[in-house]
Amino acid sequence: MVQASILPNLGAIDPSLILLDEKLPGGAYWHYVIKRGNILRVTDLEGSQGVSMICYNADSPIERLNVADTAKIQFNAFLKKGMVIYSDMGRILFSITEDTSGHHDLICGCSNTASNTAKYGEGSYNKYGESDYNNSRNNFLKALGKRGLTRKDLMPNLNLFSRVAVHPNGDLEYVAGDEKPGSFIDLRAEMNVLVIISNCPHVLHPDTVYKPQPIQLTVWKSSAPAPDDLCRTANEEVIRGFINTDALFAQE
Amino acid sequence: MMVATLPIELDPAKAIYDEELSARQPWSRIIKKGQILRIIDLLGNQAVDTLFYNADDTSERYSAPDTIVRQGNIFITTGTQLISNEGNVMMTVIHDQCGKHDTLGGACSMESNSVRYGLHKKHLHACVENYLLELSKYEMNKRDLVSNVNFYMNVPVSEDGTLEIVDGISEAGKIIDLRAEMDVMVLISNCPQINNPCNAYNPTPIRLIVWDAVL
Repeated sequence: MVQASILPNLGAIDPSLILLDEKLPGGAYWHYVIKRGNILRVTDLEGSQGVSMICYNADSPIERLNVADTAKIQFNAFLKKGMVIYSDMGRILFSITEDTSGHHDLICGCSNTASNTAKYGEGSYNKYGESDYNNSRNNFLKALGKRGLTRKDLMPNLNLFSRVAVHPNGDLEYVAGDEKPGSFIDLRAEMNVLVIISNCPHVLHPDTVYKPQPIQLTVWKSSAPAPDDLCRTANEEVIRGFINTDALFAQE
Repeated sequence: MMVATLPIELDPAKAIYDEELSARQPWSRIIKKGQILRIIDLLGNQAVDTLFYNADDTSERYSAPDTIVRQGNIFITTGTQLISNEGNVMMTVIHDQCGKHDTLGGACSMESNSVRYGLHKKHLHACVENYLLELSKYEMNKRDLVSNVNFYMNVPVSEDGTLEIVDGISEAGKIIDLRAEMDVMVLISNCPQINNPCNAYNPTPIRLIVWDAVL
């Protein structure tokens, strides 16, 4: 319960249910398999500049996050509590069961070497041998490599704790200043999900000083969704998505 | 490189390729650096789902977010550069009569159709099925699919993020011209979708013309 002191009561987790709880420094990456039914909480500890994420069906990674389907099936380009994250097979990877941020981006993809160099200048290595300006694309590729996957398995990602406005003419605007230390998002795995997180600034974050902040990653054992579960009953589309998803596990 | 902003005079009689692609069909072709691909929305309101790959290394492919972020806008029109996952320019839109084309909606698939329109709609023809069949010629598969461009499709996003697929703003005979900035394999599904207004509920043919590099 590292973060208990900074969370509202809403965020209290029974310590006996926690399976993993670790801090991810700014610039670093993390990959883990969240078993179906367990919840991953990502907590913004100190006011993040954005956190990039991709995910796969851990049992068959050819099935993966599809941001286009996630947006169009739910008629919304921004993720919020009660929404779900769709795979490219009409199934659901994660349900967003709680969210105190309200600002998550499906559109802008992630930072890469070129975007970081343009924003921060040429990077170097500090005395610990760490790159000054780790970027999310390279972080994703490192994690994918450890899972036997390649850049062919990389797809458009989503960004937590990032507020991007879309103007009527299509112009994008990053809205800074909405980062709230202590805000969190809860992602309930609806299948066994391989999740890869890169804790690097959003590609459009206007700050030209590279200072990604640490986040907390907490996985805990959730109780089974109730019949009136918000995410499972939100609309006809999601109900059908869960019929498809539950069929994957019908023989277990 | 300068981007032409005025219509260029290209004579179909001088084209190296000029074919009509029937409604609902897949298509692919390697467009060499400097060549120009024209896509004509023959009858209007057709969605043309399109992906781009580096012809020499197909693990370099079109990136919707890099394209969006590079220009700071979610729509494609004259002057837009289509960017790869390696940050390279793949194609430049040198002329567009439609005004905007979609980068967010992606392609329809059997699976997403089952979620969007009803489980009984699963076995309708869909773009991902077209893509997979065409990609099989290159020994490629679903790993190679990413968010695609939807030419002539209208997907506005409101301030609160609400996203709609609405009636197209295209009309019969509208054209878009794309100049290849590298050797590009272009993959098209002439969308078979009949359940939403992206095709006016009626898939129609398109015409594809390719010219050699013009000086």
